[in-house]
Amino acid sequence: MSTPFYVSPQQAMADRAEYARKGIARGRSLVVLQYADGIVFVGENPSRALHKFSEIYDRIGFAAAGKYNEYENLRIGGVRYADLRGYTYDRDDVTARGLANVYAQTLGTIFSSAAEKPYEVELVVAEVGETPEGDQIYRLPHDGSIVDEHGSVAVGGNAEQIGSFLDQRHRDGMSLAEALRLAVQALSRDTNGSEREIPAERLEVAVLDRTRPQKRKFKRIVGRQLGRLLEAEGAGTEAETSEDE
Amino acid sequence: MDFLSEHQPELLPGKRQLPPTQGVLEAPHGTTIVAVTFPGGVVLAGDRRATMGNVIAQRDIEKVFPADEYSAVGIAGTAGLAVEMVKLFQLELEHFEKVEGAQLSLEGKANRLSTMIRSNLGMAMQGLAVVPLFAGYDLDRERGRIFSYDVTGGRSEEHNFAATGSGSVFARGAMKKLFRDDLTEEQATTLVVQALYDAADDDSATGGPDVARRIYPIITVITEDGFRRLTEDEASGLSRSVLQKRLEEPDGPKAALL
Repeated sequence: MSTPFYVSPQQAMADRAEYARKGIARGRSLVVLQYADGIVFVGENPSRALHKFSEIYDRIGFAAAGKYNEYENLRIGGVRYADLRGYTYDRDDVTARGLANVYAQTLGTIFSSAAEKPYEVELVVAEVGETPEGDQIYRLPHDGSIVDEHGSVAVGGNAEQIGSFLDQRHRDGMSLAEALRLAVQALSRDTNGSEREIPAERLEVAVLDRTRPQKRKFKRIVGRQLGRLLEAEGAGTEAETSEDE
Repeated sequence: MDFLSEHQPELLPGKRQLPPTQGVLEAPHGTTIVAVTFPGGVVLAGDRRATMGNVIAQRDIEKVFPADEYSAVGIAGTAGLAVEMVKLFQLELEHFEKVEGAQLSLEGKANRLSTMIRSNLGMAMQGLAVVPLFAGYDLDRERGRIFSYDVTGGRSEEHNFAATGSGSVFARGAMKKLFRDDLTEEQATTLVVQALYDAADDDSATGGPDVARRIYPIITVITEDGFRRLTEDEASGLSRSVLQKRLEEPDGPKAALL
């Protein structure tokens, strides 16, 4: 009988982290930014049907980079958690903090369990508040830690570079069009520093808009409305709610 | 729903063991709900009274709820159970929409409600029935549609107008005489107020517009643009103009004889 090789726990964890990081880095990046009336999610996504961003609950949105089947699984789990909680107690009792905690537990357990491969995903859970100060953005890396973010956050392949680009340029109280253009600028930067064009059809954009009269603040921005926002120079950025949800 | 029944079955209506009861269990009951279609949408409205035997249990109960963006449900029957059923129904439609990324078809929603009513059959046989009226705008067929139910969950689509609850007989009679194919949205809302007035006129369990307490029927309109509930001012305006006319003609507008 052969003796199994001894692998130190540090080495085992480092290997797993390396594996997950590589998986995440293969996917396209996405960014989440605060703007005056809420939070905007922007990412490059050639598919119209397989979303990277989605609604979890009234004020809570979800963004994910990495492996589709793994984050889709987590997304549905999140929707279930939120709906069950809201039904058992009250709609106000569903918070991004609670949801982020559940995700952190799940990711952490999977990451450290030797029986499973670590999930190759990085999540962002965002909740829009009544005021910009009430906005919450949590980033959840593959290992189950939680990072409380402010202003802007980038996850996925080229996250570090995009993140520092955004940190330098993002400011509070941007309009939606400004934030959107900044996000697209950030996403068009390649690893080697060169820029490339991302056409509007390849962009997936969604907002959590605190000014929406409905309880559910999540809304996708598609088609002509997206084109208008990308072209708009500063003023006249009021998002219309006439488009389908 | 399947998830709920696996994880927290105690949250589901219709899973409860009931002790045997003798006689009728006293619980607040909601009364009359009416619906009428018009070109471009559908109107669903309900009175505000809940009764418990011969006592008025609540004067300002709300019995018409949005189910989602394009449909609404009005409830007659045991108020407590009905409100819970609506809450679960709303949750389920929203949950489906979020998980699947698309809304259920109107037909699908109506079927789902049917199953929920059927699961309440045990309670219904003990006198705690829930009989809703479901109305919505069908985005595929581009028109408003109404579905009515019986206590066993039997579903039937109603054309033009429908009513449920204790005052429904009188409301239906009124609507039969007032309905026509080319109603505008405003005429349709007036029609439901007339019908509810007639129901309240002849059924003691249905409440009429209460001017002194400013309690008016809940009127909702569903069109291509989605669900809208008439504001307090709009509802009071409609009710007052109907009341005004009734001061001259207590029995309401007269239909042609032939």
